Amino acid sequence: MAEMNFRWAITYAMQEEMERDENVFLIGEDVGKPGGAFGMSRGLFDRFGEWRVRDTPISEEAFMGLAAGAALVGLRPIVEIMFMDFIMVAMEPLCNQAAKFRYAYGGAVKVPMVVRALYGAGWGAAAHHSQSLEAWFVHCPGLKVVAPSGAYDAKGLLKASIRDDNPVVFLEHKLLLPVKEEVPEQEYLVPLGRAAIKREGSDVSIVAWGWQVQEALRAAAQLAEEGIQAEVVDLRSLSPLDEETILNSVRKTGRLVVVQEAPAPCGFASEVICLVSEKAMEYLDAPPKRVTAFFAPMPSGPLEKYIIPQQDDIISGVQEVCR
Amino acid sequence: MARELTKEKLLELYRLLVLAREYELLLSDVSKQGKLPGWIHSALGQEAAGVAAGACLERDDYLVPAHRTRPSQIAKGMDLKLLTAEIYGKVTGLSKGRGGEMHICDPGCRILGSGGIVGQVVPIALGIAYAIKYRGGKEVVLCDFGEGATNTGVFHESMNMAALWRLPLIFFCENNQYAEFTRVDHHISVKDVATRASAYGIPGTIVDGNHVTATYQAVAEAMDRARAGDGPTFIEAVTYRWSGHFEGDPAKYRSPEEVEEWKKRDAIPRFRDELVHKGILNDDLVREIEASVKRQIEEAVRFAEQSPLPTMAQTLTDVYA
Ligand SMILES: Cc1ncc(C[n+]2csc(CCOP(=O)(O)OP(=O)(O)O)c2C)c(N)n1
Repeated sequence: MAEMNFRWAITYAMQEEMERDENVFLIGEDVGKPGGAFGMSRGLFDRFGEWRVRDTPISEEAFMGLAAGAALVGLRPIVEIMFMDFIMVAMEPLCNQAAKFRYAYGGAVKVPMVVRALYGAGWGAAAHHSQSLEAWFVHCPGLKVVAPSGAYDAKGLLKASIRDDNPVVFLEHKLLLPVKEEVPEQEYLVPLGRAAIKREGSDVSIVAWGWQVQEALRAAAQLAEEGIQAEVVDLRSLSPLDEETILNSVRKTGRLVVVQEAPAPCGFASEVICLVSEKAMEYLDAPPKRVTAFFAPMPSGPLEKYIIPQQDDIISGVQEVCR
Repeated sequence: MARELTKEKLLELYRLLVLAREYELLLSDVSKQGKLPGWIHSALGQEAAGVAAGACLERDDYLVPAHRTRPSQIAKGMDLKLLTAEIYGKVTGLSKGRGGEMHICDPGCRILGSGGIVGQVVPIALGIAYAIKYRGGKEVVLCDFGEGATNTGVFHESMNMAALWRLPLIFFCENNQYAEFTRVDHHISVKDVATRASAYGIPGTIVDGNHVTATYQAVAEAMDRARAGDGPTFIEAVTYRWSGHFEGDPAKYRSPEEVEEWKKRDAIPRFRDELVHKGILNDDLVREIEASVKRQIEEAVRFAEQSPLPTMAQTLTDVYA
C-alpha cells in the first residue's frame, strides 16, 4: 500500500487499462504532450503515442461523436472533458447517440466509452467552470454515471468503467485531485452500482457522492462530538444505483440527509429521497432533508461559498432531522 | 482512377437503381394506405446518387447513412426483408421493430450510425474512420447525408478533424435542393455546397447525382484517395427529391413546373437508354429485371407482413449491454 493522490489514481488507471487493452485510447483537449489541463494524462503521450492519446481541436461535439463512432466498431475511447460545464456542447452525441444506439438498434451494437468530466466548485471559477451536472445524465437511459470520492475508488471505478460495455459518465471533482489515500499496488476493480459505507453510525444516514462525501465525513466527525452518530453512505455510482445499501442504512438509522453540490430541483438528492419514500417510508422517524446548492448560477471567487453547501449546512441539516 | 465498369457491373447498377425506385414507390404506397407505424422520408427521384455510393463501397467498407438514404443502404447490401420488417415495426426487423425508418443498423453489412438528428451521423463516421486508421486498416467510410446537414456545427468540426488526421472518410452530400420546406439558396450561403470543403483543405467535387456512373466514378476516386492515405473527400451529388419531405407532405413550397423539370432528368430512363445504346440492355432484359425486382420486394413485404409485432417484454430489452 502506498499513498496516492486522486490525480495519479486516474492517470494510473488509464495507463494500466491502455497497457492491458490496445483498443483503449484517450481523446480530449490538450491531453497529448501537455498532459491535460489538470495533468490527468501526464506521461501517457510519450508512452502510447498520438493515436492513443489524441489532442483535439476545440470541438467537443464532434469528438464526443467520434468516440461514439469508434466505440461502435470496437474501440474503447476515454473522452476527457476539461470542465464538465463544456459538456453541454456535446450533449447531443452523448445523450442522443451514444446512449441510445444500443437500444434503438435492437441490441445489435455496444458502445463502450467513458467520458471523464472534471466537475464541481471550489476554485472560484464562476458560472462556466464550476458546475455539478450529474443529474442531467442519470436521467438518460443508456448512460451510467459514476462519481468517486477518493483515490482508491477512483482507480478501481475508472478501470471498471473502461471495461464496461456501456457509455459511462465519470465525474472527477477538482477539489479531490490532490487528496491522498492508500491505494494497493496490485490490480483491483471497484464494481459499478455498489455504494460504500464510509463511516458507520446509528442515528442518521448522510448520503453523498464525489467531493461532498469528504465534506460529509468532516461533518460527521464534528457531529460525533455532539453525540450524533452519523452514517456516511458514499454512492460511488448514481446509475446504476445501489438501492439496497441506501435502504438498509435508512432502515437502521431512521433518518436521512442527502447532500449534493448541485441546486435542488430535479437533482439526484430528490431521487434518493423518492427511493426511500417509496420503499422505506415506514422506517423514517423524521422527514428527510436535502442539503443542496442555492438555486442560482455559480458566482466567482469566494462568493461561491454562499451558493454551495458548506460543512455547517450539512451539520445543521443533520441537527434538524435529529431534533 | 476511373473504374472499368464491366457489363455485369453496369447491369447490377441498373438493377439496384430499379430496385431502389420500386422500393421507394412501394413504401410511399403502403404509407398512404396507413400500413406503416412510422414516417417515411422518401428518396424518390434521388436514388441514383445513393445507389452509386453504396454500390461503389466494398464489403469491408463502412456506410454511415442518414434518414433519407435507403438507396445507398440497399446498394451496400442491406437485406431487404429485414429492412422492410423494421419499417413495418416488426420484431424480425434489423432493430427489432423499435428503430423504425430512421434507426437502421446492420453491423454485418457494416452499415452503422444512422439516426434522426440531422448532422450527427457525420462525427459517427469520423469515429469509424478514426478507428480504421488507428488499427492501420485499409477500409473506407462513406457518410451519406443531405445538404441541410452541412449547416450544422458538428459537420464543420468533423471536416476539420478528418482533414487534420487524413482520415479515410468520404463526405457524400446528396444535395436534393430542399431541407424540409426550405430551398437550398435560402439556407446555404454559398452557391455550391462543395466549396465548403475548401475551408478545410479537402477536395470538393460536384457531380450529377442523377447520373449513376458519373457519381460512381466520383466515389471511386474518393475511395482511391482515402485508401492511399490521402484523406477525406467531399462529394456534392446534385439531385432532387420528387416527393415531399415526408410521405404526406403536400410540398406547397415549390412549383409543379420545378418538379416536372427535374423529372426530365430522371436517372433511370437516362441510364437505360445509355445501356440499350451500348447493347448491354434490351427490352427483354429490362422486363426480366423489373420482374425480379418485383419478386424481391413482394417477398420482403410478405416477410414483414407475416412477422409478429414486438411484445412489451421484447421492447424493454437492450437499454444496457
Ligand atoms: C438537429 C435537427 N434539426 C432539425 C431536424 C428536423 N429535420 C429533419 S430532416 C430535416 C431536413 C434535412 O435536410 P437535409 O440534411 O438536406 O436532408 P434531406 O431531408 O433533404 O434528405 C430537418 C430540418 C432534425 N431532425 N434534426
